[in-house]
Amino acid sequence: MAFGPHLLLALLEGLVSSAVLALTALGLSLVFGVMRIVNVAHGEFFMLGAVFAWWFSSMIAGSPALGFLLALVLAPLVVGAIALVAERLVLRRLEYDPEATIVATIGMLYIFEQLALMFYGPEARAVPAPFDFRVTLPWFGYSGYKLAVIAASVLVMLATWYVLTRTRIGLVMRATQYDRETAQAFGIPVGRVYAGVFALGAMLAALAAVLIVPIQQAHYLMGTDPLLLSFIVVIIGGLGSLRGTVLAAVLIGLTEGIVAVFFSPTLAKMLATLFVALVLVFRPQGLFGQAPR
Amino acid sequence: MPELLKMEKIGASYGSVQVLRDVSLELGSGEVLCLLGRNGAGKTTLLKTIMGLVRAISGSILLDGMELTRLPPHEVPRHGVAYVPQGRRLFAELTVAENIEIGLMTRQKGSETREAVLDLFPVLRERLGQRSGTLSGGEQQMLAMARALATEPKVLLLDEPTEGLMPSAIAKIRETVAALRAHGVSTLLVEQRVDAVLPVADRVLFIENGRSVRTIGVAELRADPAMVRHYVGVG
Ligand SMILES: Nc1ncnc2c1ncn2[C@@H]1O[C@H](COP(=O)(O)OP(=O)(O)OP(=O)(O)O)[C@@H](O)[C@H]1O
Ligand SMILES: [Mg+2]
Repeated sequence: MAFGPHLLLALLEGLVSSAVLALTALGLSLVFGVMRIVNVAHGEFFMLGAVFAWWFSSMIAGSPALGFLLALVLAPLVVGAIALVAERLVLRRLEYDPEATIVATIGMLYIFEQLALMFYGPEARAVPAPFDFRVTLPWFGYSGYKLAVIAASVLVMLATWYVLTRTRIGLVMRATQYDRETAQAFGIPVGRVYAGVFALGAMLAALAAVLIVPIQQAHYLMGTDPLLLSFIVVIIGGLGSLRGTVLAAVLIGLTEGIVAVFFSPTLAKMLATLFVALVLVFRPQGLFGQAPR
Repeated sequence: MPELLKMEKIGASYGSVQVLRDVSLELGSGEVLCLLGRNGAGKTTLLKTIMGLVRAISGSILLDGMELTRLPPHEVPRHGVAYVPQGRRLFAELTVAENIEIGLMTRQKGSETREAVLDLFPVLRERLGQRSGTLSGGEQQMLAMARALATEPKVLLLDEPTEGLMPSAIAKIRETVAALRAHGVSTLLVEQRVDAVLPVADRVLFIENGRSVRTIGVAELRADPAMVRHYVGVG
């Protein structure tokens, strides 16, 4: 393949990674932004989303489209419910203490991982794509499903932005983020907002996972990479900055795609890590975050 | 005057340090009661305890006969108690309009209330889209008042609203409190400076080391200024 088409292919692959990464990182960023909790178990919600996607889609054999649709709706809901229970049983009892919740979510990580191993098993399983339409470009054919993943991610990001900035629920979330005590003094049930945000963060990760399982298989250890990359994105983009999260996800996703295609995936990871180190040294609040006032 | 808010023998603590001991007070309908006391006497803690932000460990707080200490904190404002915190505590990243909106949402008030509040503080109307953290100190205080009044409260808790303001801004706050009293709103006003409160207050309650030590009428206080020096340490 000539260089131009090869680059285009790398860009497309990078955009698919960016799309999935942006959703996952957005969930992590929301939870940290509003609740000030570093959720180490975030990658496990991604993994659970993938596992449940396989489970739901395999319930409807014979019709990949219907099975996928079922997974797309139900997997995030189930994962959201699991997150809600975890929040009520664990995080709330720790009173959202920043240090204690790190340890607690590390524990949750292992519990979810082992439960997945027990009930889902060590196999990697694929979910069939809902459609296998191919877009024919002059140089190569490209998966229509992958393009749909990019579009879906953009839609969800736009919806999240709309909810956060244009609706009352978003206003309540932002008020809680900026001053929890004063929010309570204005009738905002902070505990319920936290529960909702934690569930929403988990659902975003689960949704990202449902989108990826037709491309990458579901496996009980698949949560580690998205967790690491989400942290990288959130640090580079600046915590609590939606715009920063999206731009950093695109940056990291594209770098991954291009460097991995032309050089090696390991070099891509090294570059991402180097970039985080540089950001931490020269702009600790992230590229788009605001310095604490 | 029938009391609207009645606090009886309230105790409150931060962790193991008890800050309030047996604090009692009564606030009548349309009354302005001023709390005076030295730094660290527990005035802010007292207001936070009414809001449920600090848990009472003993005693009771009745609003119109309803026990407030058993409510979760976010329910207290919904029953008509509004809070203007010390240092304003605006949602600094939110705009002026959004801060007022949060006040309105507390008790599901609509555009009528919003207009009334903006008429009270016309400076805010010109700055609705501005991020509230960038307002001047005086404007921020007006916004903190506007946000609280957007809940159409029965009881207003004001914690040092004149702190760091110029005389003209102080006069504006004082006018507002007087206007609210005329509308039957009861106010619990924390102040450091006696001269700022004498014109608006009906009675004064002295707080000393977390205890309510004495309540007297304003006329009596005017007649005996030495009392202020005794309890507050400044004239
Ligand atoms: N969050 C907290 N944790 C622990 N102790 C606190 C806390 N807030 C206040 N205190 C303590 O409680 C006591 C009363 O504080 P409070 O803020 O109620 O005083 P205040 O009368 O409002 O003083 P000022 O006039 O300076 O505002 C002080 O000794 C203070 O150090
Ligand atoms: Mg105080």
